[in-house]
Amino acid sequence: MGTNVSLEDKFQAFVDAENKVEPKDWMPEKYRKTLIRQISQHAHSEIIGMQPEANWITRAPSLRAKLILLAKVQDEAGHGLYLYSAAETLGEPREKMIADLQSGKAKYSSIFNYPTPSWADMGTIGWLVDGAAIQNQVMLTRTSYGPYARAMVKICKEESFHQRQGYEVVMKLAQGTPEQKAMAQESLNRWWWPSLMMFGPSDDNSPNSEQSMKWKIKRKSNDTLRQEFVDKTVPQAEYLGLSIPDPDLKWNEERGHYDFGEINWAEFYDVIKGNGPCNKERIAHHVKAHEEGAWVREAANAYAKKQAARKEGDASAA
Amino acid sequence: MAGGWLNGVKRDFTKEEALKEYFYFLADDSLVLGQQLSKWCSNGPVLEQDIAIINTALDHIGRARLLYQELARLEGGDATEDTLAYFRDHLQYRNALLVEQPNGHWGDSVVRSFFIDTFNFYLYDALRSCNNEALRGIAEKAIKEIAYQAQWSAEWVVRLGDGTEESHAKVQKSIDDLWMWSGELFEEHPIFEVLKDDLPAFSSFKDHWVKKVAEVLKMATLVMPSPELWMQTGGRYGIHSAQLGYILGEMQSLARTYPDATW
Repeated sequence: MGTNVSLEDKFQAFVDAENKVEPKDWMPEKYRKTLIRQISQHAHSEIIGMQPEANWITRAPSLRAKLILLAKVQDEAGHGLYLYSAAETLGEPREKMIADLQSGKAKYSSIFNYPTPSWADMGTIGWLVDGAAIQNQVMLTRTSYGPYARAMVKICKEESFHQRQGYEVVMKLAQGTPEQKAMAQESLNRWWWPSLMMFGPSDDNSPNSEQSMKWKIKRKSNDTLRQEFVDKTVPQAEYLGLSIPDPDLKWNEERGHYDFGEINWAEFYDVIKGNGPCNKERIAHHVKAHEEGAWVREAANAYAKKQAARKEGDASAA
Repeated sequence: MAGGWLNGVKRDFTKEEALKEYFYFLADDSLVLGQQLSKWCSNGPVLEQDIAIINTALDHIGRARLLYQELARLEGGDATEDTLAYFRDHLQYRNALLVEQPNGHWGDSVVRSFFIDTFNFYLYDALRSCNNEALRGIAEKAIKEIAYQAQWSAEWVVRLGDGTEESHAKVQKSIDDLWMWSGELFEEHPIFEVLKDDLPAFSSFKDHWVKKVAEVLKMATLVMPSPELWMQTGGRYGIHSAQLGYILGEMQSLARTYPDATW
């Protein structure tokens, strides 16, 4: 018991000195578990997040917009891949993570449980959802676990690019015909609050936060990140001539920040629990693709085995 | 030759018309196939292959843009890459019937790609030294992507053919079902005679294609149907299967709902 305490103290001192933890280093089991949970959740968010945007690829209104959207969704698949790999360095196999996603044991960002009925959502998601994600991910580039921090550096670069592209889509709508402008406003009305919810529960109600901050997995609280996002985004909406759907939103000179209204926490928790408009659809889509691909994966494995056996046969013959 | 399914289609082309037609063949093949492949996004059998197939969709749509941009110049007036993609109807589309065939399962999509990628490889390789400057430039850029695509789809045909019993049976059926759409890629068309001093006729690639496909199918332990079987026709004249209406209906819906908007 004494030895355990000392290892944990050593680990804390190592992290406090701003060292990066690497896969082969000793780490508390709870640190490993927390990271697996967080990184796999992040990977699943990238993968499930492909669906609401893929929904518009075939209907994108110009070839340029189609290419940009397709490339963006491809980047998200790539992010999912890095993140699954980062989680695998902690000893969690990808098949298990996918099984946990499909069984509902593992979560993904609740924002993707909302539908994308409008083309404007392709802009708003880039602007707000990727914007909120960046707020969180910039912090994570300095997270204490090395492989996660390094994956985040690469992902952040691409995410800021996506955010600019999303903002450009909204800008074209906001400066377009009256119908296009209405499309942009309607989309902002729907996505504003769910975007604020992306930062998670308020600090008073965030059970995992304190330990994560201590281990430097997380470096800023949910409420701090949320405030930074609001402060950054309000002027962007003003520039577009769009109004943020919050009557309580106003600049607070004293605090040097925007005050904003109360989030509908009942909605937040219900969507997490599985009661959002698309929770069932998203998982069903993932399961369907996975099941329909089973024979393909089996064929690829069988072929790879045959090839390996043939090589071995050649080598022993020679 | 006069009677039958293609009764009444246009068969006389000036040199200028024939050149545009040649571009539409290439551009519409790329766009329709890219559109079809993009539907695999988030539906692939494994994440790495989702990324790979999206990549081929990106290449096809990127190539279509370059071809439509040149076509817009040839058409003149207010034509742009987007008016050509979004405001032409199925009667004006000139893609081969093969590319509008449904995605089906992974094996169906892989075989469809394998047939067209192998054709594209010989076609674009020849276009690198044709007498049209714009096409030479596009082909030079495209050939690297096409070489990758042709390798990717051929490798999948082999993997599925020589994989499990189930995959072998499935992909053999894909080949048998899609075979009748392959012959149109090489068929004679009046524009090739008009353009014969400048651009290669697609029929000139048939022998290469048959040889390559036979080679890959042999490696895949699959049976190749006879190239002399009855082949479907019509796409190059704007006579399509019923699928194209749905493909274009989906693709063009938003652009046509707001025709005055810019995106």
